[in-house]
Amino acid sequence: MEKLVKQAIVALNGDEAVALAVKQCDVDVVAAYPITPQTIIVEKYSEYVANGEVQTEFVCTESEHSAMTACLAASATGVRVFTASASAGLALMHEMLFVTSGSRMPVVMAVANRALSSPLNIHGDQSDSMAERDSGWIQIYVENAQEAYDSIIQAFKIAEDVGVSLPMIVGLDGFTISHTLEKVEVFPQEAVKQFVGERPLPSVLTHEGKTVPFKLDPKNPMTMGPNVSPNFYFEFKRQQEEGMKNALKKIQEVNTEYAALSGRSYGDGLVDAYRLDDAEIAIVVVGSTAGTLKVIVDQLRQEGVQAGILRLRTFRPFPVEELRNALKSVKIMAVMDKSISFGGFGGTVFTETRNALYDAKIRPTIVSYIFGLGGRDSSPHDLRKIFEDLIQISKTGQVETQVRYYGLKE
Amino acid sequence: MSREKSWKEISIAGVCSKSSVGFMTGDWKTYTPIRDVAKCTKCLTCVMFCPEAAIKWSPDIGDIEFDFNFCKGCGICANDCPTKAITMKIEGE
Amino acid sequence: METQGWKFTSEEIAAKPDLFLSGHRACAGCGPASTLRLIMKATRGPTIVTHATGCMEIVGSIYPYTSWAIPWLHTAFENAAANASGIDAALKALQRKGQLKEHIDIIAIAGDGGTYDIGLQALSGAIERGHDFLFVLYDNEGYMNTGIQRSSSTPIGASTTTTPAGTVIPGKLERKKPIDEIMLAHEMPYVATATIYYWKDLLTKVRRGLEVEGPAFLHVFAPCPRGWRSDPAKTIEYSKLAVESCVFPIWEAVNGKRHLSAPSKLIGPSPQRKRPVKDYLAGQGRFRHLFTPQNQHILAELQRQTDERWERLLQKCESGC
Repeated sequence: MEKLVKQAIVALNGDEAVALAVKQCDVDVVAAYPITPQTIIVEKYSEYVANGEVQTEFVCTESEHSAMTACLAASATGVRVFTASASAGLALMHEMLFVTSGSRMPVVMAVANRALSSPLNIHGDQSDSMAERDSGWIQIYVENAQEAYDSIIQAFKIAEDVGVSLPMIVGLDGFTISHTLEKVEVFPQEAVKQFVGERPLPSVLTHEGKTVPFKLDPKNPMTMGPNVSPNFYFEFKRQQEEGMKNALKKIQEVNTEYAALSGRSYGDGLVDAYRLDDAEIAIVVVGSTAGTLKVIVDQLRQEGVQAGILRLRTFRPFPVEELRNALKSVKIMAVMDKSISFGGFGGTVFTETRNALYDAKIRPTIVSYIFGLGGRDSSPHDLRKIFEDLIQISKTGQVETQVRYYGLKE
Repeated sequence: MSREKSWKEISIAGVCSKSSVGFMTGDWKTYTPIRDVAKCTKCLTCVMFCPEAAIKWSPDIGDIEFDFNFCKGCGICANDCPTKAITMKIEGE
Repeated sequence: METQGWKFTSEEIAAKPDLFLSGHRACAGCGPASTLRLIMKATRGPTIVTHATGCMEIVGSIYPYTSWAIPWLHTAFENAAANASGIDAALKALQRKGQLKEHIDIIAIAGDGGTYDIGLQALSGAIERGHDFLFVLYDNEGYMNTGIQRSSSTPIGASTTTTPAGTVIPGKLERKKPIDEIMLAHEMPYVATATIYYWKDLLTKVRRGLEVEGPAFLHVFAPCPRGWRSDPAKTIEYSKLAVESCVFPIWEAVNGKRHLSAPSKLIGPSPQRKRPVKDYLAGQGRFRHLFTPQNQHILAELQRQTDERWERLLQKCESGC
């Protein structure tokens, strides 16, 4: 077990924390396009480049689609890559997200979660990356700037693992995390470089009959991105799914390894339970709102209510077993979604949670709360009302509305 | 006949595992090029133009050779030969 | 720009191993296939090719078979130039770290679809950023791989599956986009046009494009017998007629200074060498409807546009612009 490494305390906002983490991870290529609220990431990184503090090729592409393409192509050449986006930019990359995952390129991307148009809204909401849940990217959502810093460092290790070989999104709530100054503990450069190490490459069999490292290399030519018939496509998709399965284990492993150095662990890496051991009512949530909810849980506990929260850190791959385990004592819960999937039965995280708990020995009552869209704020006072709704349900046994819009002007 | 490979056995990301020289396109042709060696000046125009790389120049024998395993019978070689040394005939005639 | 003056003989080129291999599934008589074979003959060392979706990308990469003897990447349709940007950045990073000692050439290949239309943005961006790569456009004047639909490269009057020659509208009404002028406007180090018939000229231009440090653009006119409804045997002959009729003049521009290449240069002072456009159009099924009395005016318009562009080109070349 390695000793805890001494860390410095700095004041950084979420975006700056991400930029610093990228700087320390010895990233070779950053190809990005600015979009609020991710702009500080690219601006800060540009400063590092301009001052010679990093050895990165920084490519200011002319659109996000080209940014993702350039990252994919650079990754295919065997180097470590990073990018960042949000909202409409992420949506513009949509085609390439699938291609990057299908090409098994471990691109790491920070998404400063922001609402999608139309109408245009620059504020925080998770609809942008939730909409990309089918694309084959690992998705981790952070609670604060500290976790943003830690998760970016962990991301390279997770994504680049040969058994995973999938790209990864680290989501941080737009403005709430990206632009809020917080106290962040950071490692010295050497410690991070050592932790992340060099990028390993999986092996592939080429048309020359050789098994060689998976990269574009004139010494070992290979053809990447061919067209395949119905006779072959399915198997490649199954391989990606296997990468996701391996990611479940890898995320937990990396969380443990990182905790040994930093003293910080985020639950088991997949789910972050707070006072859930004997909780009877609970809220499942993704992102920074968890921080506010923890304060309310403490208040309720003081009042004798057995409340708890589960912050879902890893959304893809969805941690079914870990979720079931964490929530096993809960009888009534709310799942809060800071995103919307039109025409669905409740929010996205609600749907996936309910699906995972369908086979639980005792099926809890689950209510969907769609909240915070377009950066609509909720104070601790407001959020307490959700717990009060759950207490009400536990008293009456009645769920009047299963899908609720929290904070909406009705 | 060998069984098809499972998802566990093939390389990730669709990296191609065979060279196309194993796929003989020669059976596509209806017409086949016939060269009158006497008229051929070895200008190598046909070698340059053939889309299939099916006409090869062998420096050791100092002559060209047609690779009918890949010739699709397009007729470019016959059309562009400066001395009209190549004619296209229906295969099998 | 100093070129390294590459000299070659037919025998040397003929004996050089092909890097775009036999067994690809292009149509018989495919112009672009001939083009790619020749392009690859002009490579000078380690090369990486990146390709936009289209005929040539598909026919050479039908899993599990590949026709590419060099490292090759395809990702999507509109981003050959963005692929090249990423590879260029990665190679520079590797060189800076001391992990790569040799120079590797990057060639981005796209059809007219992946260049003129959906690919224009990525191409413009990559040029502006100054990445070191050669972009080769194989122009067969239509989206051939998806079934011969019109592109902005399709000339006026051509019948395509999205601009069919009907009873009311006789084929495409818009003129061919002048992509080369757009490329020249980017003030890039090297822009050139070439075609298959003049293969020595084509090879020389590919090599010059590779030698340039920074972005280079090569526009190759590559007839498609399937899309043009023409005799596959005459594919290369059509590329010659395109030059002789000044429909596709060939030239090169080094740092913006444009010079006509020999076959086109000969026509300037000797206009009698200039063949009428209808000699080039004859035998192409896509233009057959232009030879009817009611469509004569379109034929005349095509001749007029060709003449106008040719005259303008002559002036620009003389003034060295």
